[in-house]
Amino acid sequence: MMLIPCPWCGPREEAEFHYGGQAHVSYPADPAALSDADWARYLFFRDNPKGPFAERWNHSASCRRWFNVIRDTVTNEILAVYPAGQPKPVIA
Amino acid sequence: MAEQTLLRQSPLAFAADRLAEVTRATGGAVYIAELPFLTQLNLRLDPKGPAAEAGALELGVPLPTGPGAATSGPAGSDELTVVWLGPDEWLVIGPPGTESDLAARLRSAIGDEHAAVVDVSAQRTTLELSGPRARDLLASGCALDLHPRVFGEGASAQTLLARAQVILVGRRDGAFRVLVRASFAAYLVDWLIDASVEYRVTR
Ligand SMILES: [Zn+2]
Repeated sequence: MMLIPCPWCGPREEAEFHYGGQAHVSYPADPAALSDADWARYLFFRDNPKGPFAERWNHSASCRRWFNVIRDTVTNEILAVYPAGQPKPVIA
Repeated sequence: MAEQTLLRQSPLAFAADRLAEVTRATGGAVYIAELPFLTQLNLRLDPKGPAAEAGALELGVPLPTGPGAATSGPAGSDELTVVWLGPDEWLVIGPPGTESDLAARLRSAIGDEHAAVVDVSAQRTTLELSGPRARDLLASGCALDLHPRVFGEGASAQTLLARAQVILVGRRDGAFRVLVRASFAAYLVDWLIDASVEYRVTR
């Protein structure tokens, strides 16, 4: 069980949150112009790093807000929490 | 056509006797009762905009500005409680039967400003818990720190209680209100009654 720091509500147990997958995957500017392969790449392909990973979380059992987290996928350590729409912070 | 009378029934109408039995069995250590049909309005607006000021003025209760807070006033049977739900979202709780009037007053006070007032009174029912062991009882199913220094009068949280989504509100004298969705209410009462067995008076 992870303790995830919601930027609004503070640290809460993982069961209160809903996972939203990789962060910073922006919708294609002109989807109709994409080839099937590029569209499939946008829809289905995500990074799968061993280490820090920027991902989206929603505090679904409480304030229902989306936010971004950088989580180390090896240790589950949460390295940064920042609002959706902000650039990914640089993790040393 | 036969005349129809519609009777509303609270989700926990069937449970009143079982809840009263908890108070008896625990020698008053835990008191649980449903407060059915409380008015609940969902209020969404910009906390820094003119609608926030107009809304708070009309309610006579300041909107809590941050997470974990609830404001109440004025004490008495007309008391309103405003619970922080999100950075632009509140729940206004009032006495039963006042939802239409309160919503109309809020809407007219807010006027053309950007806001939403939605009657959600039927979404949840309310349980009142008090007695010297009420806090311990809740703590056995809730991951939040419910110590009186942290979660006293005027505190609130949306969280999980026995895995059910609830709104907890800290009240005077160590009492709590637990707002739970209608479809989860029977389950939560079963859980509360089971958890209260620990505090039964043995003889
Ligand atoms: Zn939250």
